[in-house]
Formats: sequence, C-alpha cells, structure tokens
Amino acid sequence: MLSRTAENLYWLARYVERAEYLARTIEATLRATALPNAYVGKTNEWDSALLTAGVADGFYRHYDEADERNVIDYLAFSLDNPSSIRNCMDNARLNSRSVRTALTGEMWDTMNSGWIELQQMWHSVRTREQLATFVRFVQEVSLRFDGSAYRTMLRNDAYWFSRLGLHLERADNTARILDVKYHMLLPEKEHVGGPLDYYQWTSILRSVSALTAYHWVYRDTLKPWLIADLLILNDSLPRSLASCYGNLVRNLDQIGVAYGQHGPSQRHARGIRNRLEHARMDDIFQHGLHEFIQEFLGDNSRLGEIIATQYLS
Amino acid sequence: MATAFDEMHGAGETIRPAYQELARWLADLPPDALEYRRQEAELLFRRIGITFAVYGDTEAQERLIPFDLVPRILAAKEWALLERGLKQRVKAINLFLRDIYHGRDILRAKLIPDDLIFQNPVFRPEMNGQNVPHDVYVHIAGIDIVRVSPDNFFVLEDNARTPSGVSYMLENREIMMRLFPDLFARHRVAPVERYPDELLATLASVAPHSASVEPTVALLTPGVYNSAYYEHSFLADKLGIELVEGRDLIVKNEEVLMRTTEGLKRVDVIYRRVDDDFLDPLTFRPDSVLGVPGLMSAYMAGNVTLANAVGTGIADDKAIYSYMPDIVRFYLDEEPILKNVPTWRCREPDDLAYVLQHLDRLVVKEVHGSGGYGMLIGPAATRAEIEDFRARLNHDPSGFIAQPTLALSTCPTSTASGLAPRHVDLRPFVLTGRQRMTVVPGGLTRVALQEGSLVVNSSQGGGTKDTWILDDET
Repeated sequence: MLSRTAENLYWLARYVERAEYLARTIEATLRATALPNAYVGKTNEWDSALLTAGVADGFYRHYDEADERNVIDYLAFSLDNPSSIRNCMDNARLNSRSVRTALTGEMWDTMNSGWIELQQMWHSVRTREQLATFVRFVQEVSLRFDGSAYRTMLRNDAYWFSRLGLHLERADNTARILDVKYHMLLPEKEHVGGPLDYYQWTSILRSVSALTAYHWVYRDTLKPWLIADLLILNDSLPRSLASCYGNLVRNLDQIGVAYGQHGPSQRHARGIRNRLEHARMDDIFQHGLHEFIQEFLGDNSRLGEIIATQYLS
Repeated sequence: MATAFDEMHGAGETIRPAYQELARWLADLPPDALEYRRQEAELLFRRIGITFAVYGDTEAQERLIPFDLVPRILAAKEWALLERGLKQRVKAINLFLRDIYHGRDILRAKLIPDDLIFQNPVFRPEMNGQNVPHDVYVHIAGIDIVRVSPDNFFVLEDNARTPSGVSYMLENREIMMRLFPDLFARHRVAPVERYPDELLATLASVAPHSASVEPTVALLTPGVYNSAYYEHSFLADKLGIELVEGRDLIVKNEEVLMRTTEGLKRVDVIYRRVDDDFLDPLTFRPDSVLGVPGLMSAYMAGNVTLANAVGTGIADDKAIYSYMPDIVRFYLDEEPILKNVPTWRCREPDDLAYVLQHLDRLVVKEVHGSGGYGMLIGPAATRAEIEDFRARLNHDPSGFIAQPTLALSTCPTSTASGLAPRHVDLRPFVLTGRQRMTVVPGGLTRVALQEGSLVVNSSQGGGTKDTWILDDET
C-alpha cells in the first residue's frame, strides 16, 4: 500500500485513541474535584490532568491559572493545543478523508457522522452536564470507530498499521499517567492508604478504565503496587504496557510476514516486549519506578520513529 | 426569450410519454413526502461525505450540491441519437488533437487560423510529434448538452481536460434507488453502475507497451482540499486503484514509481485529475507542489500513460468550439449529429460589431473561463454589467465569444412552493480506449434552482438530478 496511506491510517488511530484518553482524563478529574478536600487533599487535580496529557508547557503559554475552566478549554476545545480533543478529532476526520479508500464504509460513517455531531458541540458545551455528555460522546465515537475497524476491516496491512498507531498511542498514554502519578504508587513499607490516596488511586484506574478490572484481577482492596503491576505487567488488561506491546509485536510480525521481510521495528518492539515479559514488580520498584517509566517512554517513542522510517516514508 | 420547452409537459397540456408514470406517481404522493425525502437524502449525502469545496468561500468549506429528487428522463430513442452524436464528436476531437500535435492538415486546409492554436496558452508545444498510446488523447470526456425543443440538442461545451461530476451520476442513482424503490419498480431505467468497470478497462487498455500484463493504474489527485476530492476518492475506491498525490510519486530512470510500504512500485497509467499546469514543476509551473518532478520525462519516454493526455485543452477551448462542426466534417467526412450553439467570434470584426450592438440579448463568455465564472448573461444583466463587458470586449476582443441566450429546456423541480419548471443541462461521459468507446446511458443533469436562472454550475448554486434513460416500452 502507499506509504502515505499507511501513515494516515496509523495517525488516524493515534488521534482517535488520544481523544478518547483525554476525554477519560477530563471525566476522572471532574469526579475527583467533586469530592470534598478532605478526601483528595489540596492538590490541584486540573494541574495534574495537564501533566498526564503532556501539554502543561503549552497551557501556561496561553493561560495563567490551571483552573477547571481553563484546563477543560485547553484539553477539549482549544485550537491552540495541537493535542486538544477538537484538534485530534479534526485531524482524525481529515486523515479519514485522505484515506477513505482504505477505510470501510462503517469506519468512515462513524468518523464522519461523529465529527459532524461534534461540530455542534464545540461551542455549545457550557454546563457540567453538557460537558459530561460531551466526554461520553467522544469516548463513544472512539469505541464505535475501534469496533467498526475490528469488525469490518480486512486483516491486511491497512488494518495492522492502524492497530500499530492505536497501541503505540495507548502505551504512551498509560505510561504518561504512571509518570505523573508514580509517587502515589510506591510501596511504602506496609503503607495503608488513607482516604486521600484511595481516591487518587481510583482516579488513576478510572482514566484507563480499569477500576472494575482491578477488582476482578486481584480480588483485593486498592494497593498501589498492585495498581502499578496491573498497568505495567498484566497483559490481560488491554491498556497495560505489556498488553500494548504484545499487540505491537504481533502486528509488526504480521506486516513482516506479509511483506516477507522483518526489520528494525520488529526487533525493537520485540526487545521492549521481552523486557516487560521478564520484569518483576519488585525489581522495578528497586531500580526505581520513575526511571523505569522514563525509559519506557523513550523506547516507545523511538519505536514510533523506527516504524516511520521503515514503512511510512 | 421564447418560453422554454418543458421536458415533462412539452409545449402544451399533455404529459410526454417518458414522464407519464412519473407524473402519476408524483400525483399520488402525500404533500410533504418530497420535502421529507429531500432531508433524508441530504443527511445521506452529508454522512457519506459527498461534498465539494467552493474556492474563496471560507464560511462553508464543505458544501453539499443541492440534490433534486424529481428525476430527469430521456427516452431510449432520444438517448440513441445523443449517444451517436457524442461518440462522433469525441472521435473527431481525438483525431483533431492527433493532427494538431503532428501533421496539422487542418491548419494547412485553412479551416482554423494558425494563431488560434499557436498563441493559445492551452496549446502544449511539448506534445509536438509526441505519440500517445493508440492515438487516444481524450480518454474521458464530459460533453455539456442543452436542449431547446423535442428534437434539438446542442453541445454547449466540450470538456476534454479533467471533467468532473461522474460521481454524482453514480451516487444520485444509488440514493434515488434507496429512497424510492417503488418508483424504480414502475420504470425500466438503464443502469449506470458499470461506469467504474468501463473506466478501468478503458484506462488499462491504453497502458504503455512496457507495462506488465496487468498494468498498475493510479488516480492522481491534487489532494484533500481540492473541490472535487470526494469524486477522486470515490472513483479510486470503485476502481480499486491507489489514490495518489504528487508526493507519493517519484520518477527514476524515466519511470514513474509510487512509494509504498514495500518500497517503490511502478505505475503504468495515471488517471490524473490535476491540470496540465501543475503536473510537473520541471516542465510547467515551477511553483506547483501538486505535481511530480520529472513526470513529463517519463511520459515522453512512453513509460507512463496520462489520461487525459497533456495538451487536450486546445480541443475544448471556447475559441475552438465554434469550429467543431468543421472539425467533425474534416476528419470524419460526416455531418455533425449534435449541433453547435451559433457562436460569434469576437476576434472577427464583423462578429464583434454585432455582439457590441446586441449585448443585452447575448451570452458573452471568456474564452478561457469555466465554471460559470466571468460570463455575461445579457437579458439578466444590469446596465452597469453590460457596460463593463463592453469595455472588456473592446479591450480584448479575442478573449471572448458570444452566443444567443438559449431557452434551455426545463424539468419539474421541487421548490419552496411545490413543483415548478427549472432549466437543466446534461453532461454525459464518453470513454475512449484502445478500440473501444463507451457512453454509459445517463449523465449528470444539472439544474438551475433559481426561477428563470440559466446558470447550472454547482459553484453558482446549481443543483443536480438523477438522469434516467428509459426503455421505449415503458
């Protein structure tokens, strides 16, 4: 297929995934800020939302204060923020238009009709209720898009490149939450979380839609090191780093087999996957959770560059 | 201006045969049904993304072309005549282009003045002596036809460069069949759906000799911001070919290659929807970012076929138009089946004098204009507009032609106050390949939605209709 088509499909999936992640971040933050201070402490949740979205620098170039109004505006609606939900969805729609021939009718319909509906929403969201409807709608579009890709696309390189974008973006998002919140997940000796930490932890799990999953996996009350274990090493959780890399390796291998040639991206992804597969949470904590996450973020974005050189240009 | 011929009602009270079943169906329709269905159709268009961009219009970057639900119907007999006429005309156009870029018999026969060719900016000297596969220059032609009476069809314009609109012919039919299955059950409408297959076969038939048995065909688009982008992606999809932009292609060793995820792959035939000027910055406009540097060298080497060929503009130029009947006679030794609209060539002093005296009655067009821009419709123009054109005519007579204001036929069309007659034209698409010519029965009917308006161009607020060619039995 055309390199440009592959590139568009890859970015299309990334944009949609990012929009969904931002919507979930806003949703989780709204919940946290609705709690009395005694439960969540005096930390600025909106500031931390900016950090997990990785756009704090850009934000402070346009605003002075990280309050609810400004942060929601910047994360969701701002045209100045290249990764705002609005810009993500606009770009996703534009990419869809450029690669219409590579999308199934269902995917195009989901993206285009979702985008048309969002056109009405960009300016009309005023109340918290409308905001809640809006963030849910963005998540629905993403789910529908992902679902129609899964159910209708031919299993060929077009599908695999779009999956690569999805899993790379997803891994990046999960790692970024961990990067911002790692200090809350450290196993302080026999640490028993007070209500303050408890709500922080649920907030983390919510933003990767893993709160229920946690209970099913561990059948335990919330323990920070288990949360870290779930998000990093548990490959049954679709948003864990291990799961993302299982998928990335599989999709890259499928491309390699179809094209009859493996290359640097297959090797690099496999290296990261192997490290995750053999890692133990104790060792990670011992060597430093923060360092581990930092290293992962670097490796992950390097994989993006290698894929671009090998296939997309 | 005489009263227009209405294609449903004719001149009098009776309904013409081809429209009788439709008239009965319309009469039985509940009052708001059409409006309700129109909204449904609009939603479908919007969701499918059948939109176009109007240049210079920032407000509505993606607009819908209004779609009128009342079909425009032609009887099989009428179509048979049109089809013969269209094939004849396009055949002549291809022979003319071959001649202009080779022996130039027609110039030596003094049928067309030399300067009209050689000083014409759409004449491409690069094509002199250049052979194109099977001597086909215009693989895809869109011939604009208007009707003024039951038996009189005129060619208004030949579009021999990158005519657009065929996606509307196909999508209008799809949407009509979805909205009105019962109406189709009551008629025998010739299908248009084989157009993509015919187009692909046409393109493959003109692949260069050096191509493999299964030539690679691609559609070259200026990109997602082009006004006809929807059509480009639609056609690429229906044909199952890659939709490429200039940046996807490179030229190496006089071959055109596309960048794929598996490396570079040769392209044999390019259905290009990019104008000559922008095709290759090394040959034409150096500032073009839409084209492919070196494309012309591969073309000249015969390693890639461009459809349509480079330089076809010389055949559909408005100044050449008035010579078309002579062109048909010269190359085919036949009388033209389709008439030309009488045309005054303002470059000729007698004609200019006449035009200047009758500006309020004539349509004056720029020789190099298109899309309904830069045109004077005398009877509808203000005094100031007429005086403005008078000045422009005096300044550059050869830049203009003039034609009588034709009473274009009308068709019943939905309006705010119910069905009313509106003027229509027709653009059928003629495909020419190696030893094959195809005209899919139908075309794009454009309709001027404003009462009395004669301008059907979508850029000027015109709409479209589904076009039916009916079996005679129905």
